[in-house]
Amino acid sequence: MHLVVCAKQIPDPETPPSAFRIDSATNKVVPAQGIAPVLSQFDGIAAEAALRIKEANAGSKVTVISLGADSAAAAIKQVLAMGADEGVLLNDPAFEDGDSYTTAKTLASAIKKLGDVDAVFCGRQAADWDMGQVGLLIAEELGWPVSIIAKSVGQDASGLTIQRVVDDGFENVAMPLPGVVTVSNEFGEPRYPKLPQIMAAAKKTVTQWKTDDLGLAASEVGAAGSRLKLEKLSTPPRGVAVEIMPGDTPAEQAAALVAKLRADHVI
Amino acid sequence: MARNILVVGELVGGQPTPTTLELVSGAAGLAAGGNVSVTLLGTGATAAAAACGGAGTAYASDDAGYDTFRAEQWLPAVEAALDQANPDLVLISQSTPGRELGPRLAHRRNTAVAMDCTSIVDEGGAFKATRPAFGGNAVATYGFATTPAMATVRAKSFEIAGGAGPSSTVALPGAGESRTNVTGHEQVVAEGLQITDASVVVSGGRGLGAAEGFEMVEALANAIGSDKAAVGASRAAVDLGWYPPSQQVGLTGKVVTPNVYFAIAISGASQHLAGCSGSKVIVAVNRDADANIFNVAKYGIVGDYKTIVPAIIEELKKG
Repeated sequence: MHLVVCAKQIPDPETPPSAFRIDSATNKVVPAQGIAPVLSQFDGIAAEAALRIKEANAGSKVTVISLGADSAAAAIKQVLAMGADEGVLLNDPAFEDGDSYTTAKTLASAIKKLGDVDAVFCGRQAADWDMGQVGLLIAEELGWPVSIIAKSVGQDASGLTIQRVVDDGFENVAMPLPGVVTVSNEFGEPRYPKLPQIMAAAKKTVTQWKTDDLGLAASEVGAAGSRLKLEKLSTPPRGVAVEIMPGDTPAEQAAALVAKLRADHVI
Repeated sequence: MARNILVVGELVGGQPTPTTLELVSGAAGLAAGGNVSVTLLGTGATAAAAACGGAGTAYASDDAGYDTFRAEQWLPAVEAALDQANPDLVLISQSTPGRELGPRLAHRRNTAVAMDCTSIVDEGGAFKATRPAFGGNAVATYGFATTPAMATVRAKSFEIAGGAGPSSTVALPGAGESRTNVTGHEQVVAEGLQITDASVVVSGGRGLGAAEGFEMVEALANAIGSDKAAVGASRAAVDLGWYPPSQQVGLTGKVVTPNVYFAIAISGASQHLAGCSGSKVIVAVNRDADANIFNVAKYGIVGDYKTIVPAIIEELKKG
């Protein structure tokens, strides 16, 4: 089987709110000093799901694709170190500042170019913009079925068997291939690459494709092709300072708290 | 300017979900005299339309084939409603069906959807959608280059206003085929009051130290009253297997807006705050005085939950 993992490099979501800055002139997040960007957590889990399918099917291969600037090669190398076989970076200034639609269109074009793909694995959402659209839109671009927010991904003779997280519990889904699956944190932790694997991944060549390689026009990708237009990005107003309950003992603190809540008529 | 707005409704037990009713009310406020319509699919849909106060037209199919949500069956029905309603704006719940319908419907209509929005406004004839981003560290406002504008919307973003139900109901076709097949369903929502409806939510986090810590969290909820309080959990606690995902509060879980939110041994990661920051009062109990949760809490107690929570329970019992 040929499995594709879509991986995105994002600002570290663990960046403390105090270090989070927005440039209001450009509506962009200012990279926090000394905090390196990371592979979006859900994409690492998607890679784990794909690698387990690869390991269960002799002769399979995993290709990791990322849309991003030069630095996004680090996200690709991380998935290569986990056990992916090949990496493709979709790197072109024309791709920049796109929306979910142009991102998915570009990724789907790369998947079409690979040609023989059986399944695409994405994180349930990128942990920066949290839209949760790209996996679904790749499926629509390719005309493939899709199942989202997977907790586990298995196989049977007719395709993938997916347990997914739904509002009131879990749902089991059978999906024929080729298809797209998005993976959630309930799947579990991704593997940690060991040093020799990291060294081997560092030596691997990452293929780079631009608009021309994908048969796309600059006008249909990135900011130019976007349908959803970010008009304003700002930091939310901070709340009032916390009132720490006085008292030397838990009983005194608890009494102060309950009195406050009763005075507020909220309990 | 009068605007036509279509709400993609959802049914639970043959009744419109609260978020469906909120969206219809929100649409009525934004329509400025335009037509508000709602789609309802599944057993009881036609009868349930009457509950959708503020909508002028319902598009409904009672086909039980829609009762289990499969996007590939719902999409043609919703598209049939769009063809007739010709909306300027489509509103969808941020729910299990909505998370999947939004992007796929937008793609099929050559337009875009803003996901997980908390507010939609009409700014001089153009719809703007606002939503949290970067785990709640940022607020993003979007405009649309294509029509119709589409948004999935969080629960409780609009108030239910009520009013007269639809004056006409248009029948939608029955359910067709789906390539994906639902082969099983396991309901794991806690019995009784749901966290999204509760006036008090008591949540536990990684700082509880073990799954057994939730016994104390549940005891506090019980002391407040099982008719008022429900138990939630942070993603860290859910990932550790201490509590079911259905009770997770946060960006990838449920968004709750109770009168009081107790954060017990929760550090206050941005993605968690995205799920509870709409609470009227946040109470934080944490050993770490520097925990981020104290930046959003109204009241705080710095200390070990194992001694603080029993003391709160005792105090509540005094009445």
